[in-house]
Amino acid sequence: MLRSDVSPNPLRDRDEQGSHHDEQGPDGLVQLLTPDGERRPDPEYECWVGDVDDERLTGLWADMTIVRRLDAEATALQRQGQLGLWPPLLGQEAAQVGSARALRRDDFVFSSYREHAVAHCRGVGPADLLRMWRGTAASGWDPYEVGMATPAIIIGAQTLHATGYAMGCAKDGVDAVAVAYFGDGATSQGDVNEAMVFAASFHAPVVFFCQNNQWAISEPVGLQAVRPVADRAPGFGIPSVRVDGNDVLAVHAVTRVALDRARRGEGPTFVEAVTYRMGPHTTADDPTRYVDPADRARWAEKDPLTRVERYLERRGVLTDAVRGDVDHRADAAATALRDACHALTPPGPLTLFDHVYATPTPTLERQRRELAAYLATFEET
Amino acid sequence: MATTTLAGALNSGLRRALEDDPRVLLMGEDIGRLGGVFRVTDGLQRDFGKDRVMDTPLAEAGIMGTAVGLAYRGFRPVVEIQFDGFVYPAFDQLVTQVAKLRSRTRGAVAMPITVRIPYGGGIGAVEHHSESPEAYFAHTAGLRVVTCATPQDAHTMVRQAVACDDPVVLLEPKRRYWVKEEVVEDPEDVLPLDRARVVVPGSDVTLVAYGPLVATAIDAAAAAADDGVSVEVVDLRSLAPLDLDTVEASVRRTGRLVVAHEAQRTGGLGAELAACVTEDCFEHLEAPPVRVTGYDVPYPPSKLEEHFLPDLDRILDAVDRVMGRPHSRLGLAAGAGVAS
Repeated sequence: MLRSDVSPNPLRDRDEQGSHHDEQGPDGLVQLLTPDGERRPDPEYECWVGDVDDERLTGLWADMTIVRRLDAEATALQRQGQLGLWPPLLGQEAAQVGSARALRRDDFVFSSYREHAVAHCRGVGPADLLRMWRGTAASGWDPYEVGMATPAIIIGAQTLHATGYAMGCAKDGVDAVAVAYFGDGATSQGDVNEAMVFAASFHAPVVFFCQNNQWAISEPVGLQAVRPVADRAPGFGIPSVRVDGNDVLAVHAVTRVALDRARRGEGPTFVEAVTYRMGPHTTADDPTRYVDPADRARWAEKDPLTRVERYLERRGVLTDAVRGDVDHRADAAATALRDACHALTPPGPLTLFDHVYATPTPTLERQRRELAAYLATFEET
Repeated sequence: MATTTLAGALNSGLRRALEDDPRVLLMGEDIGRLGGVFRVTDGLQRDFGKDRVMDTPLAEAGIMGTAVGLAYRGFRPVVEIQFDGFVYPAFDQLVTQVAKLRSRTRGAVAMPITVRIPYGGGIGAVEHHSESPEAYFAHTAGLRVVTCATPQDAHTMVRQAVACDDPVVLLEPKRRYWVKEEVVEDPEDVLPLDRARVVVPGSDVTLVAYGPLVATAIDAAAAAADDGVSVEVVDLRSLAPLDLDTVEASVRRTGRLVVAHEAQRTGGLGAELAACVTEDCFEHLEAPPVRVTGYDVPYPPSKLEEHFLPDLDRILDAVDRVMGRPHSRLGLAAGAGVAS
């Protein structure tokens, strides 16, 4: 039985209300776990994570711990010259793990470039996670193997892809859902707004999952939106919800609600996960030029891992043995990431011409021969 | 065999594509109930339903971007851009996504999207309705760019474009939409999509044209023949990739090249052809290649377009120039320093 059969979908009946600022938590955010690790009662949403017991919550915490470790390792690899660039996800673990762990295998993710935790949850391996950032390939993984498109670097472009994919799901008569991950900066892009128009008009089973991490490189979210970005969606005819993006449980619940609506043929949902980018935009960025340290410190107190640890400790679940086991797994994942990184070597020069077309064109074949002949002049006879 | 217009030939080609493959979808503005502003999709929504022939919101980036998602899902979208000058909002999705996804994913994701664009001038339209944007697309790795000049090619090429596993930009010469000829749906010999065709054989000058100017080029060849000059007309058909084998084989026979297109000159297809021919056939050339093109100005108001568009006389004058004929008007002017 679907959970919503016993617990009404809180978003379902709200279309006439316009904005959906849930008043359960601080700042109108849906919150089920406070920064102090206390459960906050929420009759609308807590039923959506009724099955997330201590063991499952520990699993979500383990995911977050491992991806934080992977993220730190990748940042270190960049600092050591092994990666050209890395966009850290530090601070956004709950938004990504909480949402990605709500998905089914046959759902399809269209993400931006910071969704390393989503990729990890979808089953992307260490080499595939780094390929693009090491510069040995234009992207990491086969999208069809993991149900996740290659990340879009052009801001917001993927929201249209998700919408089109969702339209295709509806045409195929399946209840798979497309999920678009994007940031607060992307909400200014025409593509994102057009995606909401198309999704609403075609009633597409798509979830717009906006991680509002407060920053688009150096630009604060206030430059993109003078009101909460979630407020825009109802104007397109799309119900929206703001969730504490550092609360993995609340994010999990809200994503399940949105997925449920989509699977039931009730169309798109917009989720604004309010979080904070604790690191730089990328390793090429210097946030000391624009971030107020006091602001960052306030967000550090809302850390997504700490609150789960406090909660699980209080319940006697997070024992030294459990911590030790997860730390060991995180270290092993980091070691695997480092090893995979070193094993990624540049492909041969003639692979430049591969996969540009389904069948190579005479023009490209000619240029391939030209490069091969040129390179051959350097070979010792 | 039935006589049909170029627009009608596209319509029957799209109908066949929809019949042949259930994953084929048509998307665009006003293509459903109205049948498109040029009626190219007339009756297709009625016969194939709104699920396969979709009127979309008025947003070209949205159309192209959702087509990408549908292609990800295994569909074969055929996108109509209503007019040439309206393609630019979709340019980002076309260039950064459609063209590159196969390469970006090392072949894992195909983008078999056909982008149909009515293009070119000569219909007395307002701004943004007469442009020839082919060079932008031909410059973009990963796209195929083709254009048809006849109803028969229109029918065949749109079906080939839809069946192609690469993204194809099909430029439809809108001022030729209403020319008629007999169209065979399944002819015995079908030229591949990326091949040029010699449409008038000749021995003195190779005249390369495509899309709306092929008919003008054929007229020019007839007029030149009356004047004792044998012009070989090549309908380029594929603008990316270029069929250099066909063009260069012709130039090696004639020793002279004229390229005609409506698009602005700088960085255009004529420049590319002239460069390739000069690099590959230099020793065969009797004269420098000559381009007959639109000028490097924005497409003009309709009362000026006759001066912008290459016509029969300008093409003939270029033929005279490469023939070194004394009555070439620009050749004479060049002597006075005007065309230098």
